[in-house]
Amino acid sequence: MSTAVRTFDLAESARRKLNQALHEAADGESFEVLNPRGAHAVACGITADIDVVVRGSVGYYGAGMHQQGRVLIEGNASTGLAENIMSGEVRITGNATMSAGATGCGGLLVVGGNAGARCGISMKGVDIVVGGNVGHMSAFMAQAGNLVVCGDAAADLGDSIYEAQIFVRGEVESLGADCVPKEMRPEHVETVAGLLAAAGEAAHGVDPGDFRRYGSARRLYNFTIDDVDAAQAAAQAAGGDHR
Amino acid sequence: MCGIVGLFCKTETHRHELGRLTEVMLAEMGDRGPDSAGFAVYDAGVPGRTRITVLAEGLEVNWDPVAAALEATLGAEVTVAAVHDHAVFSTDGDGRIARQWIIDNVAGATVLAQGNKIEMFKAVGYPDLVAERYDLASRTGTHALAHTRMATESAVTTNGSHPFSTGSDTCLVHNGSLSNHNLLRRQLEGQGESFQTENDSEVAAGYLAWRMRSGDTISEALEGALGDLDGFYTFAIGVADGFAILRDPIACKPAVVAETDDWVAMSSEYRAIARLPGALHAEVWEPEPARIYTWSLAA
Repeated sequence: MSTAVRTFDLAESARRKLNQALHEAADGESFEVLNPRGAHAVACGITADIDVVVRGSVGYYGAGMHQQGRVLIEGNASTGLAENIMSGEVRITGNATMSAGATGCGGLLVVGGNAGARCGISMKGVDIVVGGNVGHMSAFMAQAGNLVVCGDAAADLGDSIYEAQIFVRGEVESLGADCVPKEMRPEHVETVAGLLAAAGEAAHGVDPGDFRRYGSARRLYNFTIDDVDAAQAAAQAAGGDHR
Repeated sequence: MCGIVGLFCKTETHRHELGRLTEVMLAEMGDRGPDSAGFAVYDAGVPGRTRITVLAEGLEVNWDPVAAALEATLGAEVTVAAVHDHAVFSTDGDGRIARQWIIDNVAGATVLAQGNKIEMFKAVGYPDLVAERYDLASRTGTHALAHTRMATESAVTTNGSHPFSTGSDTCLVHNGSLSNHNLLRRQLEGQGESFQTENDSEVAAGYLAWRMRSGDTISEALEGALGDLDGFYTFAIGVADGFAILRDPIACKPAVVAETDDWVAMSSEYRAIARLPGALHAEVWEPEPARIYTWSLAA
């Protein structure tokens, strides 16, 4: 196991060299990235249990396809931060724009500032904690995992949501189709408390009891009885047996 | 995709290097669309004097007789300077009349812009080459807009490249596509706007020009645009003494803004802004959907 921190200055060396080194790293290694200057695909596709600190703002797909290890970005991020994260952690001190944590299957994403539109779109198991606000259509078609918003949520939160859970501390501008307020039971307070603790500084001093829960009304899951009649009629018309 | 950038110098500090900084930003956005590029620069101008930037792509035009004929039409002195396939006319006469006269009388020419403060250049090709050919780097002024295009709604031609301008000292760059531009173009033509391309973004420029000609402020014109323009857009807009940004309510076209005591910069991506002096300490944020942002030299 190596203890020395390996530094890559993107003002001087190519981003591909950095990502190649991260992909070849052994568990326990540490990396520091300087001068990212909004470059795309910084620290993407990490598969080893390593630590990466990025000192500055990143462009599209920062820490995307993250499989293991911990990435800390000291700055802001553009579209698709930690998209498709599988496990491990991605933390950012500043703001993230559109589609942070999109399609994430596991792990933890912590946004210290605000997240833009469609945060957690189609999330499939990732936990996302946002210290500030989230933009419109966040948790759109979210399937599993938790989205914890310490600030406010913009319009159409949780539109067409499946079984993900949304917790918002501030105001919700409006809920999307099939997303409804739900009772905040003790186990939910416990879930939020655990995620706030995991988020650390980004959620410092936030009371888990201050959150409200939102989730699926499950009205879009099944045919209504009228839909069943229509489906049977269609099947019979087609000469099939549809029971 | 397209890449757009805008730089507005709030103070004197960077006005001497406005062109150079704009070129750096534009070049950084080159891989968002290398089909064509263009830029508009606003400087102090000469009081009472109107400049008209004309493009005559692929033509050998002797501009002196054109200037003489324009002089007769306007009843005012006209000078002209050629810059490759562009020409910049200068006159004390009426810029709106001059624009229309050139459109009607100089075959194959396109009037890119007219106004007291604006000059505009555009061409097919990589943005850094376009910037170099028209010497963006040496230009000074208060604010500039630039665009690098990936064509989707019309052909890869110079006339399809941005910025677009139909009204005096008003121009815009656009990332996105409008879906009701044909209807709107016909309506605006009925209101006296004249268009030179089939491009959707020119209609947005014409819409703002029409509203402002009717007495609207830029904020009022953009308020109207939110209701009347249908489609996807992130706009950066230049007017004689100001700069504005507007995104549609869905806001799927990217935009980032950074502001210091000296400048406001807007771009499709942060990496264009990261190149500016003082960027590390700038306040950086994402413009909200359907919210109008304006900055004015007067403020």
